[in-house]
Amino acid sequence: MPNLAKASTADRLGRLEQTIEDLLKEAKRLGASAAEAVVSSSTGLDLSVRLGAVETVEHTRDQGLGISVYFGNRKGSASTSDLSPGAVRDAARQACSIATHTQEDRCAGLAPAELLTIDLPDLDLHHPWDIAVDQAVDIAIACEDAARRADPRIVNSEGGSFGTDARLSVYGNSHGFIGGYPSTRHELSCAVVAKEGESMQRDYWWTTARAPEDLEDAAGVGRRAAERAVGRLNARRLGTCEVPVLFRADVAIGLLRSLAGAISGGNLYRRTSFLMDELGEPIFPDFVRIFEEPHRPRGLASAPFDGDGVATTAKDLVTGGVLKTWLLDQYSACRLGLTTTGNAGGARNLSIGLGSDDREAMIRRLDRGLLVSSLMGQGVKMITGDYSRGATGFWVEHGEIQYPVEEITIAGNLKDMFHGLVAVGNDCDFASSITTGSWLIDRMTVAGE
Amino acid sequence: MSQGPWLLTRALERASAILPHFSPRTAHSQRMTDTLAIARTQILSPVGLDDGHLERLAGALHSPAIDAADIYFQSSRLQSWVLEDGIIRDGNFSIEQGAGLRAIAGEKTGFAYSDELAFPALVEAAEAARAIAGSGADGSVRAGTLPAARQLYRPLNPIESLEDAAKVELLRQVDAEARRADSRVTRVTASLVAVQDTILVIGDDGSMSADVRPLIRMNVSVVVEEDGQREQAHSGGGARRELRYFLEEDRALGFAREAVRQALVGLEAGPAPAGTMTVVLGAGWPGVLLHEAVGHGLEGDFNRKGTSAFAGRLGERVGAAGVTVVDDGTLPERRGSLSVDDEGTPTSCTTLIEDGILAGYMQDKLNARLMAMTPTGNGRRESYAHLPMPRMTNTYMLPGDKDPAEIIASVDKGLYAVNFGGGQVDITSGKFTFSTSEAYLIENGKLGRPVKGATLVGNGPNVLTRVSMVGKDLRLDEGVGTCGKDGQSVPVGVGQPTLRVDALTVGGTAG
Repeated sequence: MPNLAKASTADRLGRLEQTIEDLLKEAKRLGASAAEAVVSSSTGLDLSVRLGAVETVEHTRDQGLGISVYFGNRKGSASTSDLSPGAVRDAARQACSIATHTQEDRCAGLAPAELLTIDLPDLDLHHPWDIAVDQAVDIAIACEDAARRADPRIVNSEGGSFGTDARLSVYGNSHGFIGGYPSTRHELSCAVVAKEGESMQRDYWWTTARAPEDLEDAAGVGRRAAERAVGRLNARRLGTCEVPVLFRADVAIGLLRSLAGAISGGNLYRRTSFLMDELGEPIFPDFVRIFEEPHRPRGLASAPFDGDGVATTAKDLVTGGVLKTWLLDQYSACRLGLTTTGNAGGARNLSIGLGSDDREAMIRRLDRGLLVSSLMGQGVKMITGDYSRGATGFWVEHGEIQYPVEEITIAGNLKDMFHGLVAVGNDCDFASSITTGSWLIDRMTVAGE
Repeated sequence: MSQGPWLLTRALERASAILPHFSPRTAHSQRMTDTLAIARTQILSPVGLDDGHLERLAGALHSPAIDAADIYFQSSRLQSWVLEDGIIRDGNFSIEQGAGLRAIAGEKTGFAYSDELAFPALVEAAEAARAIAGSGADGSVRAGTLPAARQLYRPLNPIESLEDAAKVELLRQVDAEARRADSRVTRVTASLVAVQDTILVIGDDGSMSADVRPLIRMNVSVVVEEDGQREQAHSGGGARRELRYFLEEDRALGFAREAVRQALVGLEAGPAPAGTMTVVLGAGWPGVLLHEAVGHGLEGDFNRKGTSAFAGRLGERVGAAGVTVVDDGTLPERRGSLSVDDEGTPTSCTTLIEDGILAGYMQDKLNARLMAMTPTGNGRRESYAHLPMPRMTNTYMLPGDKDPAEIIASVDKGLYAVNFGGGQVDITSGKFTFSTSEAYLIENGKLGRPVKGATLVGNGPNVLTRVSMVGKDLRLDEGVGTCGKDGQSVPVGVGQPTLRVDALTVGGTAG
């Protein structure tokens, strides 16, 4: 099945807009005082190869709608994967039926009309790739081949995979707002297994982009997967110790994600964030700036408006180490007595200001401690900031990597870890919705033998 | 792709439990006819599909180069209610339906799905899926019904098993119970989810199997505050039953009290220890150990591909004598149970480890065929829009003969961990983690102060060789688990008796 052709995009958007209008009209007919709805439709191709041959070819085609209705301050919601006129009417009716049992919630309702986005900036998010299955298979095989050839210790593979997806998404509400836009996303990844003696290790690498030409080269992705897998071979354990810890850039992304979670409205009004009393306070050393760019062209998390229809805006979350803003949607803002920050759906394209040290310089700066290359488990407790996770990585001494390590944990508290950030590297060498170099944290507990 | 498989208690989409009320030994064939009739009525009739259409679709998937094919119809209804800060704040009703069509040639799988159930859309999907094997003539298939499988739960619609007003009233009672339990409770969130999932699988021989799967789930989350210190805890349960289950035996209110109890323990907790030590794991949900340490590593796909740390080790010792672990999809009315899996294979109780020796893998049809083994009823998929793969159902360790108190008393210095968040595993290296949410120090054979949550890390292929005592108190979890693999979530169960593990690494902060 081909991707959405550019020619038909406008037509299809028009049809989805019509569905929104039908939903809102039906909600009004059923007596709702306000309503909002989102409709999306996507098509794509996902395939995987393994050991040089096709393993799966999946033709994807998804659609869905969600509606929320308000009877004064009582809310009801419904969703379905069926966009037929009958299903649209059913969804509106189901949402209204739910609202007969929910209770008055002074914060239930739409965002104020004046906050809704007025113009839709073109964020350059739509680059469909009408690629033939055979050609996509070739790319995935090239990626896996490069990994398998990179080192004789690469003895097995979980395969290479390719994915392309074209999506249309429209949001509208009973203030008369309706906005929609097309977007695309393409992905290439590879996971291989390295073996030496008794030691067997797997690792992967991936690339994802809005436009095909922005993907990393297939062979490069494969070689990096191989290098990462081979690097883990013959890992040892460590003794329990307290040492500085360097989070590799791809792992440091998780720390920024924890920050975004801790300052998002849901955790604030529920009083489940360890940062709930820290607005306006220093939470990092003064060299730290963290910012959001929701309108970055081709950005992986770019969006002209948020899940409430509110215009998204660029802003600093942290300036000079000080926490400058929360990330709020309409509901949480109301609960906190504040104004929405246009973050229904989360932070979009977060970045931390990069330092001047490259990877080697960061390892020299670490001098003696743990370089973390992957983390496992869910041991981050948002309400206290307590942090304890399984880790693998490399032991560093005299500013140089000594050997890989595994079956250890790292533990601390995010509040202390943020304050204890010594430096951020400039070693950001891949595209992600979160942009960062590696993070050097002054001290954590490593548990091992 | 990036992450190893994981298990969590939280994700709410699908909802399970313990008491086997409904006997699976009664009226099978009648029940089977029921589920097939329900599936036809819910899925096929509204879109005008009859056996003739199904035969033509199965034929369109077939060609001489195709080794296996199936069509998976699904219709799923979900209703959820959320109470927050004393208010029934939101509710949602959701309908999902569609069909996934799969054609397999050798190790290659072609797959397409459609959320439109109109015949032309399905034919298009069949052709797209079959393209994996090149072009060829359509096959000829006759529709038929598989012999009756035993029914492990009644084919009811839990959404309709209780009036909406009674559902929200139940949540209000849960809220009141949590607040009544302790004055330090400052926030209560409670949710109730009911799902009816109806599936119809048509094999390449035209055989039809249907299943009507009820699933209910309740979750309670509380925040407690004292002297500026805050703690949070969750509790809940679920089953493949009607919603009245939560009203029985004080279950719902029990979840509220349990969440409060755990949160209050958190207020008292000191730093967890760091290092390798003896760990006693409580009965029930701590069985997440088995799910991560051995379960995923024994799924057929990783072993066929040779990427599992357990690959090629059938018959070898991977656990201490006395350690027997099974995956059992046949427990009546439990969250992880299925009458038939998502490929139409009746579920079974598969012995994974027998008295410490690696005994078997969990298989779907594809991996069983390629490994010349028998499907074990572990072929599962999140929905029609996902391909099936070998997945766990209810994974647990059989009981031993030790009294739990005797196990704790045997430890000079160590950790007693009774509640966990979730876990994760690296299949290839065998390293796994699972994170405690309630644990106590053990000193001189006695329970000491509670400690903060910490991640435990170990090595799957040898951790069970360090099990030195197995309790007689086998318990299954409350019906809360959701397992993630390759981006697909499915409901699962775990269980175990109290265990003593002689060396596990505890990721605390206190040296």
